Amino acid sequence: MQAAAVTRAPHPRTEQIILFRVSGQTFAISSASVQEVRSVDNIAGMAQDLPDSTIRKVRHSIRRGDRTLYIVNAALHFGLQPQPAALVFFLRRTRTALLVDGIEKMATMSRLQALSLAFQGEERSWYRGLTALDQTVIPVVQPEGFLSLAELTLLEAAQLAADTRAIAAQTSGAQSQ
Amino acid sequence: MTVATAATAVETAPSFVLLRLGERRFAVAASEVAELVAPSRIFRFPHKSPAIEGVILRRGRMIPISDIADRLNAKKLATRRFFLLATRQFGAQLDWVAIPVSGECELVSTDMMESGANDSPHVAGWLSHGGEVIEVLRLSVLTPGPAELAPVRTDSPARDAAPLLADPELKEALS
Repeated sequence: MQAAAVTRAPHPRTEQIILFRVSGQTFAISSASVQEVRSVDNIAGMAQDLPDSTIRKVRHSIRRGDRTLYIVNAALHFGLQPQPAALVFFLRRTRTALLVDGIEKMATMSRLQALSLAFQGEERSWYRGLTALDQTVIPVVQPEGFLSLAELTLLEAAQLAADTRAIAAQTSGAQSQ
Repeated sequence: MTVATAATAVETAPSFVLLRLGERRFAVAASEVAELVAPSRIFRFPHKSPAIEGVILRRGRMIPISDIADRLNAKKLATRRFFLLATRQFGAQLDWVAIPVSGECELVSTDMMESGANDSPHVAGWLSHGGEVIEVLRLSVLTPGPAELAPVRTDSPARDAAPLLADPELKEALS
């Protein structure tokens, strides 16, 4: 007697996501896009001020190896009322370190619906789409959408000015000793 | 023979859905209407499309809501009895848009008089029903998509910085 062939329903493509909060609003991000999560207190000593930054949502940068990442205030990016951020997401393959209020939970997303073309604004670059979890709609953010090329160019100029100032301060400090 | 002719006439008359937005009644081509549903929870999230209020979840599908009464009557609806789910063809993509309405909707079959040069762009035509002359709405004007508006960026912002240069602050900083 032959055993009946076992037929398995194909697994729908799923993705692990992190649900996080920014000013009372919940967003999702693919966990694969997040390289590291640190507490704000933890990075406070490592962050460098960018006084010349003309990008309101970026006031600090941080060195990670040979790269400079820009710390983006997620609340200001989305036009929300800023609240004290508790965590920083270092986003993979971007130059963004994202300030968020906190993590809600991890979840599995089985369906991502593209944003309707009725949405015409900047949100088209902010989000990969929308997902429904527990009868709630959650926007799934696009990691590359936090800083545009134009913004990165401005931030690099601000970073250069900050670095020049720091070197000048160090040099004058060494000379006075 | 007479009966057959009458039946043919009824079949060929275009159908419209009459909807109430506050004090006024409007019509939409029935071919553009998918469903009439009870109002449900509106999910809001940050975005920059002023015509869109949020989305509703309907059978696993997330549908944007557009309160067109705001533009037609210059005020938002005080009461929302239903959401009229209209179909919108955005290029190759068929999408739905939920339009809040304040009263019952009615399906009528009647001939439409085409709009004239002096009519607003949102008026597709006029129809006469129950002693009333009713505007037939052109949804492509009231709920515009990429084809009806200036081109928008759909790719990564890192590859297309041009729209950001419209920001005076950035423009000034770059110059």
